[in-house]
This record gives sequence, C-alpha cells and structure tokens, in this order.
Amino acid sequence: MHSTMPPSATIPPRSRRPPPSRRAFRTVLPGFGISLAITSLVIVSLVIFPLAVLFLRAASLGPAGFLAAAWTPRARAAYAVSLGASLAAAGMSSLVGLLVAWVLVRLEFPGRRILDALVDVPLALPTAVAGLVYSTLYVEKGWLGQWLVPLGIHGAYSRLGIVLVLVFVSLPFAVRVVQPVIESLDKDTEEAARLLGASRSQTFLRVVLPGILPAVVTGFALALARSLGEYGSVVFISGNMPFKTEIAPVLIVSRLEEFAYAEATAIAVVLLAMSLAMLVVVNVLQQRLVRNSQ
Amino acid sequence: MASNSRWKKSLLNFFHLEHYWKHPLFSAVRRTGQRLARGLRQWSHSLSKAATATRLSELLLIAAAVASIGLLIVVPLASVFVAAFANGPRAWWEAIAHDPDTRHAIWLSLTVAPVAVAFNTIFGIAAAWLVARFRFPGRTLLVSLFDVPFSVSPVVAGLALVLIFGRQGLFGPTLATFGAKVIFAWPGLVLATTFVTLPMVVRELIPVMEAIGPEEELAAVSLGANGWQVFWRITLPNIRWALLHGIVLANARAMGEFGAVYVVSGHIAGATDTMPLRVEKLFQEYRTPASMAVASVLAGLALVTLVAKVVIERQLEAESKELEAARASDAGTDPTTGGDLS
Repeated sequence: MHSTMPPSATIPPRSRRPPPSRRAFRTVLPGFGISLAITSLVIVSLVIFPLAVLFLRAASLGPAGFLAAAWTPRARAAYAVSLGASLAAAGMSSLVGLLVAWVLVRLEFPGRRILDALVDVPLALPTAVAGLVYSTLYVEKGWLGQWLVPLGIHGAYSRLGIVLVLVFVSLPFAVRVVQPVIESLDKDTEEAARLLGASRSQTFLRVVLPGILPAVVTGFALALARSLGEYGSVVFISGNMPFKTEIAPVLIVSRLEEFAYAEATAIAVVLLAMSLAMLVVVNVLQQRLVRNSQ
Repeated sequence: MASNSRWKKSLLNFFHLEHYWKHPLFSAVRRTGQRLARGLRQWSHSLSKAATATRLSELLLIAAAVASIGLLIVVPLASVFVAAFANGPRAWWEAIAHDPDTRHAIWLSLTVAPVAVAFNTIFGIAAAWLVARFRFPGRTLLVSLFDVPFSVSPVVAGLALVLIFGRQGLFGPTLATFGAKVIFAWPGLVLATTFVTLPMVVRELIPVMEAIGPEEELAAVSLGANGWQVFWRITLPNIRWALLHGIVLANARAMGEFGAVYVVSGHIAGATDTMPLRVEKLFQEYRTPASMAVASVLAGLALVTLVAKVVIERQLEAESKELEAARASDAGTDPTTGGDLS
C-alpha cells in the first residue's frame, strides 16, 4: 500500500492462490449466534418496543383525538419555540464549530491542545449543570448579566437563553464532525487557487467550502437533533412560560405531571416526527452536496 | 478597483458628502487611519516574512475561536467552582455531606450509572462483534437502529418507559400484582439511563474493530482456540482502549442524564433523586449555593472524564499508527495477502 515501488517489480511472481472469499472466512469466526441474540434482544426490547408502544398509544387516540391533543395552541407555540431555537442554535453551532475546527487544525498557537480538549466539555458536563450555570451567569446580577442586562440583552429566562444553552450542548458535535474533514483537505489545491490569482475569500468560498460543506451540514444535523430533544439544560434557563419560552419536551413533562398521558404521548409523537423529518431533510441535502462536489 | 471608486462616488453624491470628504479635518483622519493600517501591516510583516496579511488574520481567527470557547465553555465551567466555594470549603462540604437527601442522590448516581454502563458494555461488545465481523441481511438497518437513541428526545424515551411500565401502562398492572416497581424506582432509572447511553460503546468499537480486521482472530481459530479464548486473548486486548473510551464517555453521560431520568424517577427526594435531579430540586427550592455545590461535584467528575479521555485518545492514536505501520510493512513483504484483506 505504502511502498513506493509496485511489489511485483521486486518479488518474482509466485503462483497466486485465489484469495478466500470474505463470506467464507467470516463465518469461521465464533459467536455469531450469541452476539445476534444479545444485540437483537436489546434493540427490540429497549428501542423498537418502547417506540412502537408510543406510536400505538398515539394511534389509539384516533385522528380527531390525536389532533385535539397534539395541536392545541399551547402545543403549537411549544413546537415553534423548539424548532426556532434549535435551528438558531444549530446554525450558530455550525458557524462557531467551523471557526474552532479550522483554527484547531490549521493554526499553531500556544494552548491549542487545551482548546481542543475544552471543546469536549459539553459532552462530559451534565446538561443540568450547564443550565444551572448559564442561568446564574446571565441573570441581572450574574457575571455576564451585569453587563448585558443594562444593554437590554436578557440571556436568562428568555428565548435567547434557550439558544445559548443549546449552542453549548451541541457545539462539540459541530466541531468534531468538521475537524477530520479539514484535516484531510488538500492544501495544494488552495495554494494553486491562490497562485492563480484568487483572493483569500474566493479561495475559501470556491475551493475550501465545497469540500467541507457536507461535513458542516452533517454537524448541523447532529446539533439540530440534539437541540430538539434537549431538556435538562433548557428547563433551568428558559423560565418555561407557556406560549413564550416553553419548548416541546418541557410541555411533555408538564402534561405528564398532570397525568395527561394521552396528550403527552401525542406531543411526543409530533416531536419525534419533527426530529426524524429534520434528519431526512438534512440527509437528502447532504447527499446532494456530496454529489455536487464530486 | 474601478467599480469600487464608482461606488464611492455614487455614495458620496447620494449623501452630498463630497464637501466633507475633502475637508482637511476628515482627510487628516483618513490619512492617519491609512498610516496606522500601514504600520500595523509592517509590524505583522516583521513578525512573519512569508506573508503580510496572513499573520493578522490568523491572529484574529485564533482570538475569535478562543473567545467563543472561553465565553461558551470556560466561563460557565469556572463559575461553577467559584459559586460552589463562594462560602468557603466548609460550607461546600456541609452542603454535600450533611444533607441526607443529597448523600442519597450521590449514592444513587454511583449505583445507577455503573449498572447502565455495564449493560451497555455487554451490548456494545456483542453488537460491534456482530456488525464488524459478519455480513448478514439487515445489517445496515441494524446499524442505523443503534443511533436511534441519539435522535430521540430523552424525555420521549422516558415517556415510552412510563407507557410500558407505569401504573396505567402496558405491564403496569401485571407488575403491581407481583409488587414489583419499575417506574418511580431504581429499575426505571437504570432502563432510562441505559437507553440514553446505548449507542456510545458500540459507536466507539465498530470503527476500531473494522480497522483491525479479522486476521488475528482467524489465525487463533485456525489454531484451535475456542470463542472465549479468542475474545479474551485477541479481541479484548485489541479493542481495550476504544472500549475504555466508550465506557468513560457513557459513564459521564449516565451520571449526568437528566431528561429521561426526570420523567421515570418521579423525583422523590431521598429515594429516586439522582445527582442532576438533586441539583434541579435544590435550585427550585432557592438553595442555589447547595445546588452549586452538588453541581461542582458533577463538574469535577466531568473534568476527570476529560483528562481520562485525552489520555485514552493518545493511546488510541499510538495504536492506530502502529497498526498502519504493521500494515505497510506487511504490504511490502507479502504482496499475496497484504492488499486483499485491507
């Protein structure tokens, strides 16, 4: 693979045995039965069955009942807040993530490795802690709030606060998806573009961006999926006011606490459908991008 | 250039600014600005002779990245510890250790998370072995099912568990006759946590197992090793760092899970409150210092996780380089097998 000369040039040709087919020698390995059993048991009982129960329960409401439960004005407002905040957060995460990934890969500076490690903090830090801290930072007497609130920027108990914690929670996904792709970029192409007279911004927009755009979109999708379902951090910072800062997961929980199971289930199904639809849309978009860049 | 000056001219005409543009005061300011820019450029040029504007724009990029990570991640993280120790270490210790409900929450988190992680380890190894070593119909579908828990809201997952095991749920009445309790009890917490962290170990193992390839295991089998021997002597040593990586991350998520656990726990203080739930309850009771103290324990745990992650990743990198080197030398000496398998 990595030898500079083709091997056949140095070694006299021997009688080549036909390589055994992959299939034939994978079945020689033991453990197919038991690993299949464990895997399917877990997947069926923990993933498929619960989701099926969820859908069946929602279906048992009937179309009219479902709509009455899932399409109330308060629920619609919650979907809108969820979707809007998640889109904004995923967009911001993608932008910041692209910047951070680029800096981490392409530039040398003291503290680069520390910055690299810090990107993973949101993966390790419980989201409840993140929500708690953000809400104390951005209230009027908080570290950042004391400067921002006089300017009219309310980072706590507002939609902006929801977006902020969602960016925190989803940032690692945006960075980590783009980073390896930037690493694998061919620097020569960029240099060629520069030598041929393209400006810095032209080089970035025409040469670099098409190469990394599919990765950026994937990062966006992951960030969006994570943001749509996030509960722990948002519940601290949003204030959870119906019609204003109440997101769909919070609404589900408050319905559950009123023992309104049917309504909670219906809203959950809509939320689930929303995140699945988002994933499909982004997947299609991404495939188109990959095809275009080829 | 031409278009630029045309723009400038039309802009000046539009606002009737020609007069001010040529005003001595304005042009003095303009010239000073130009001189400053030139000086800055020369200074950055002296920093690196290779490129003139590069250094400055690079510095700006680095500053922007450091500022955003600092504002989004470092400041919040630092403020947890500052707030937790604001009243001194003694108050911190009292908030943690002298509150029986908090003590119970810590104990509960320390028992729930390892059990969930153990389940996921077993599942992860089995699933990765299945997917990385065998080809069978439905394999791609199975792999995409592994990721489902990542795109399902934890709250929705918790709700599904309530619909199954809750008092009005599918198995609720049956369970009640046996006196068993899943929802609002320990088993529910374990199930919810397991669901949320399900993909984490498999996701780490599959790429590593596929990169290593089945050759060593095949050799062992052909020499007469049985399944357990192959697993303990070949597979496990080969995947140990990837496995550890997955376990560390899954553990961090399991300790910190909030949404799914919140729904199934019923958050009964001293019974089903885990550490993150305790943080929330203390916050709701306006006991922010105590809440911050518990949060600081979780944040400390996150930092330990991060350090472990960095160490493990260094090992993983070293091993993958070793593997590549071995592959390269194989390809060089034995062309009949080198290329076919990789």
